[in-house]
Amino acid sequence: MLKTFKLGGVHPAENKISEDKKIEVLPLPKIAYIPISQHLGAPAKPLVNKGDSIKVGQQIAKGEAFISANIHSSVSGKVQKIDAVIDASGYKRTAVVVQVEGDEWEEGIDKTKDIKRDITLSQKEIIAKINEKGIVGLGGATFPSHVKLMVPDGKKADVLIINGVECEPYLTSDHRLMLEMGEEMMIGVEILKRALGVNRAVIGIENNKPDAIEHLSKIAKNFSGIEVQGLKVKYPQGAEKQLIKAIINREVPSGKLPIEVGAVVNNSGTAYAVYEAVQKNKPLIERVVTITGKSVKNPGNFMVRIGTPVSELIEAGGGLPDDTGKVISGGPMMGKALNSLEAPIVKGTSGILIMQEEEAARKQVLNCIRCSRCVSVCPMGLEPYLLEKVVMFEDFERTEKERVMDCIECGSCQFTCPANRPLLDYIRLGKNKVGQIMRARAKK
Amino acid sequence: MNLLKISGSPHVHTDNSVKGIMYGVIYAMIPALLVSIYFFGLDAIRVTVLSVVMCLLVEYLIQKYVLKTTVTISDGSAIITGILLAFNVPSNLPWHIILIGAIVAIGIGKMSFGGVGKNIFNPALVGRVFLLISFPVQMTSWPIPVPLGGKALTDAITGPTPLGIMKEGLSAGKTVSEIMPQIPDYVQNMLVGFQGGSLGEVSALALLLGAIYMLIRKIITWHTPVAFIGSAFIFASILYLVDPARFVDPFFHMLTGGMMLGVFFMATDMVTSPMSAKGQLIFGAGAGILTILIRVFGAYPEGVSFAILIMNAFVPLLDRGFKPKRFGEVVKA
Ligand code: SF4
Ligand code: SF4
Repeated sequence: MLKTFKLGGVHPAENKISEDKKIEVLPLPKIAYIPISQHLGAPAKPLVNKGDSIKVGQQIAKGEAFISANIHSSVSGKVQKIDAVIDASGYKRTAVVVQVEGDEWEEGIDKTKDIKRDITLSQKEIIAKINEKGIVGLGGATFPSHVKLMVPDGKKADVLIINGVECEPYLTSDHRLMLEMGEEMMIGVEILKRALGVNRAVIGIENNKPDAIEHLSKIAKNFSGIEVQGLKVKYPQGAEKQLIKAIINREVPSGKLPIEVGAVVNNSGTAYAVYEAVQKNKPLIERVVTITGKSVKNPGNFMVRIGTPVSELIEAGGGLPDDTGKVISGGPMMGKALNSLEAPIVKGTSGILIMQEEEAARKQVLNCIRCSRCVSVCPMGLEPYLLEKVVMFEDFERTEKERVMDCIECGSCQFTCPANRPLLDYIRLGKNKVGQIMRARAKK
Repeated sequence: MNLLKISGSPHVHTDNSVKGIMYGVIYAMIPALLVSIYFFGLDAIRVTVLSVVMCLLVEYLIQKYVLKTTVTISDGSAIITGILLAFNVPSNLPWHIILIGAIVAIGIGKMSFGGVGKNIFNPALVGRVFLLISFPVQMTSWPIPVPLGGKALTDAITGPTPLGIMKEGLSAGKTVSEIMPQIPDYVQNMLVGFQGGSLGEVSALALLLGAIYMLIRKIITWHTPVAFIGSAFIFASILYLVDPARFVDPFFHMLTGGMMLGVFFMATDMVTSPMSAKGQLIFGAGAGILTILIRVFGAYPEGVSFAILIMNAFVPLLDRGFKPKRFGEVVKA
């Protein structure tokens, strides 16, 4: 039986143009820009200097804070400089700029395609390995995975949820990964299960990917305690709280993490990265990235080394179309518009979407006609029209009371508004301000 | 290469538009409009066209010369007000009174609040009530509907509405059963359109048809109409059971006057009704009870307009009081 979440949600056009395109390997870049902060939390500390020769897989920055992640080089060559670049998430980051020479790998990394099924490491060793290899959530939030796997005292996890929803329109990287690396991913799920100490894992996949549901269901038969759950297509089902609600019908309380209800969510791509780290000793140095868009000549899915400039992926997709309006890192609902095509692809980049000028244009903003559509589509049960208004009036006390911090920035409200109101723009501003106010209060 | 556009997510948008919604409401009024043309002939067309044109004109002039903002008369909202205003007046209303109605509806009822979406009261009702108070004679002499090519039920050219007959009779001390014979077979006539009254009141069925269309297109939800009709019906039933000589049966209330027009087209106006389902239920229930209260105990035979306007004023309160179900709400023990 198909499941879904109840409250709110929308159905944007799926446009999964590249879903039948096999994953290809993108050629190495000439220069790689590897940011030292590709994750939620503190930036890592660089371990290399200008002029150093480095190899593929060599650690180049160390995550020292509790919430941080290690960074490894995705290429071999010489460190040209350590400098600020704008990454594909739109932020300015310090990056290690590497002049690529050859493709020489560190010792001890298993580059072969052979599937290694026996899991020999203990729970502790697994978490240490995941930490060491710089694994972060690949769904977009890039939360360091080892932190997620360490269940805080007093809490208990009883189920692992694997996010194979890919609810963003256009994106197909997780879909392809589940089809082409299904078994590896499944071993990754088993590893994650052991790391968490749970004996149940559920992989949630929307039923617009019946092939993936079928394929993984078959593989899951060889594992115990792993189920595949088909889900009705509805955006934003890939959001953690909505996915948990859909699959196990538990509601994460406002302001709390999934562990509160005994669940931990990991992305399907993360499960694959975990497999590679634990079984093949391979750090997170590459990922599947979709290049897509209505005018893109060769939409597709590529295995891309971290640090490759977006422009090279666009080249592989047939070059930048003439009618390009926006280039987006991520999907059309939550992705970030890029202002530079030289931005490097990072751990959290799931796709590059090129939107036509016409598609990308925002429509004229009209008065709110109180149609309440924004309210009925909000998956968090908020009142976006009201949030917009109170933020506009700079009444941040009320903004906080109206639970602006619950907003998951899914964009459903703005997507739906017939008056084309920039609801999420204001809500983001409100979250920012209220966040500042809350932090100031906590300091007192 | 052209410059890349930068803006926050989301980067896509539905085809929902204000225009689409407004024209949906207009389409929903077509059946009732056709019925009114059938019964009132050219007069119905005259009043409707005049009202719509004047509403558009007033909005245009105010936006262009008073507020000096972008003119948005093509969004359809002024057309709705125009048709609704026409639906609420007798078919023989002179043009200058219609003009005054349009000025009050659009100028005071809508633009003085800041235009579409910002008004608290339903503009057409503001216009109607103003006319009712200012021109009581013209606003309450109702031409008897004559079907195209057919015969009127009486020889009179104008006559009171069923509600008017009832009110007058009751205040003269007659009982309901004594008055009823003066109102020809109201259930059938009022459903399909023989009742004397304003343009839009003549056929409950045509109005219902429009309402179903709006429900299917999700322009309105069921909450307000159901609560409105339900509460009015229950309240009228209680009165009827208490004293059937003094209080007319609930079906009469349902099918006469502006009940259906008010329920489906005035109370459901999204701008002036609550956002949440619970709020809409209370809003509808309040309007239903007030309607019967005014009809039965008030000075006017009809109470729908006043009832809705009164409930309009409570909308901000209802919006504050009834919040949607929040995700992950921590229930305080
Ligand atoms: S308010 Fe936030 S959570 Fe709700 S629909 Fe808008 S973006 Fe999504
Ligand atoms: S969807 Fe837009 S027009 Fe409708 S209530 Fe929300 S903000 Fe207003």
